[in-house]
Amino acid sequence: MSTTSLLILDGLLLISMVSLAWAALTSSDERRCVILFMAFGLVLALAWARLLAPDVALAEAAIGAGLSGGLLLTAVRERPQSAPTGRTDSVDNRHGSRMGLTLHWVVTTLSAALAVTLAWALGHAFSRGPQDSLAQAVSANLAASGVGNPVTAVLLNFRAYDTLLELAVLLTALLGIFALGRARPGYLAAGPVFDGLARWLVPVLILAAGYLLWVGAHAPGGAFQAGATLAAAGVVLRLAGRPDIGLPHGIALRIAMAAGVGIFLLVGLGLLLLGRPFLGYPPAWAGALILMIESAAMVAIAATLMLAFLGGRPESFGLQAVHEGPAAPPVVVPRSEAPEAMSRAEFETPEARDRFTKEENRC
Amino acid sequence: MIDALSSMLIVGGVLFYLAGSIGLLRLPDLYSRLHALTKADNLGLGLLTAGLALHSQDLLTALKLLLIWLAVLAASAASAHLIARHARRQEAGS
Amino acid sequence: MLTAQWLYGLTGCLIVALGLRTALLHASLLHRLVAVNVMGAGVFLALIAVAYRGPETPPDPVPHALVLTGIVVAVSATALALALARRLNAEQAND
Repeated sequence: MSTTSLLILDGLLLISMVSLAWAALTSSDERRCVILFMAFGLVLALAWARLLAPDVALAEAAIGAGLSGGLLLTAVRERPQSAPTGRTDSVDNRHGSRMGLTLHWVVTTLSAALAVTLAWALGHAFSRGPQDSLAQAVSANLAASGVGNPVTAVLLNFRAYDTLLELAVLLTALLGIFALGRARPGYLAAGPVFDGLARWLVPVLILAAGYLLWVGAHAPGGAFQAGATLAAAGVVLRLAGRPDIGLPHGIALRIAMAAGVGIFLLVGLGLLLLGRPFLGYPPAWAGALILMIESAAMVAIAATLMLAFLGGRPESFGLQAVHEGPAAPPVVVPRSEAPEAMSRAEFETPEARDRFTKEENRC
Repeated sequence: MIDALSSMLIVGGVLFYLAGSIGLLRLPDLYSRLHALTKADNLGLGLLTAGLALHSQDLLTALKLLLIWLAVLAASAASAHLIARHARRQEAGS
Repeated sequence: MLTAQWLYGLTGCLIVALGLRTALLHASLLHRLVAVNVMGAGVFLALIAVAYRGPETPPDPVPHALVLTGIVVAVSATALALALARRLNAEQAND
């Protein structure tokens, strides 16, 4: 591509990104904000593809735009329809409007100062020329790493410790979500159109996840993208009203959640016992070990993202505290009938079934 | 020859996308906007993937592009149906 | 130091500033969450711009791995924040 056409492409991408971000951040309606954020995430994925970062583009489209947007949309759906606020950036008006305006300008100036500082730091980094020592080290050792994709090599071999800690962060966030409450009530069974779509889409998504996992060794792909695709399959199942969204029950669910960190630790400690450094794979076994770790990581990431979409402890986790009532049956709260605010009792006890099983609520 | 054909297909696809976007902005009603968006964008994507498939190195890439088009067709049709049904129910309810 | 690197890097800084401003000023929790995510996206944009080496040269893979990790951690933090907000709403409605 000639440089002028690349420049035009860059200009269009950047202008769309900044306008979408601005529109999302200054919108008054929450739902509009989330949808504009999803569009921003997709244009960002295009920017990653233009900057020759296809693994990041795949992950951003699946996780950053798709799953993040889905999580935020379910949160918007729960709240009663809030009236759009008068001013788009509504300062917390406890101190009165005069303080609000001053605070507004102070924060804007500080953010502008932050942008200028970051730009100066960036210019300083660029003026020293490209620091290629790490990139050269990666390409020099790529043949011994067991995979052909340099990003996978960095993630799962050279910096495997960071990926282990990242999976631990995922698990910790999931445990926090579990500790905060029960999963949201489910959805009604879908009508024929969406049900038919889910019937063939979910197997295709599972197949695509397996493909992404396998191809990540020598092409853009890998465990994170595959895990996100599996999680998307789970989300489709949940939206179609299936009570079991593909997650196992009880002990198998716990194993799935802990698989990523567990396999990583087992491999690392096993290598320690064999006299090698922690997570220092022998070059002959590196490919097989990486594939094993990636498979376990894919399952763990998919389980974590699906459970995060559920929003809390599911029934299948098998942990019911004694003082809580029976869990909510799988009914949906139509938007117009959502209570203004859910009290704690309603939060934990079953909703009224008969309101929602009328025939016109089905397709 | 392949380049010319591929360019024509891609330009045709872009024109359909343009038509769909103009329909989204200018049509008065939710249902007509949905109609413009799904019909025009599906055909636009089909032409775009056909133009790209002509440029692909091997048959496998072309088949993957075809699969992408089919998946987007089904997903956009289903989601247009769901949006229209929800809008219909809200009208009937209020 | 390519033109594309400058363009994307500066846009990243701008997006970080926009996100920070909304994260501090807006009243709605959901807007603030989206603003923090947008700040993260700006940081990732700056990182990938630093890793870019031109249309012919393969890019530096280390910042790509960093950004990949960052995307996943950002979504898990968002999920935890949403669960916290849901529980907060339930507790406040109970008072």
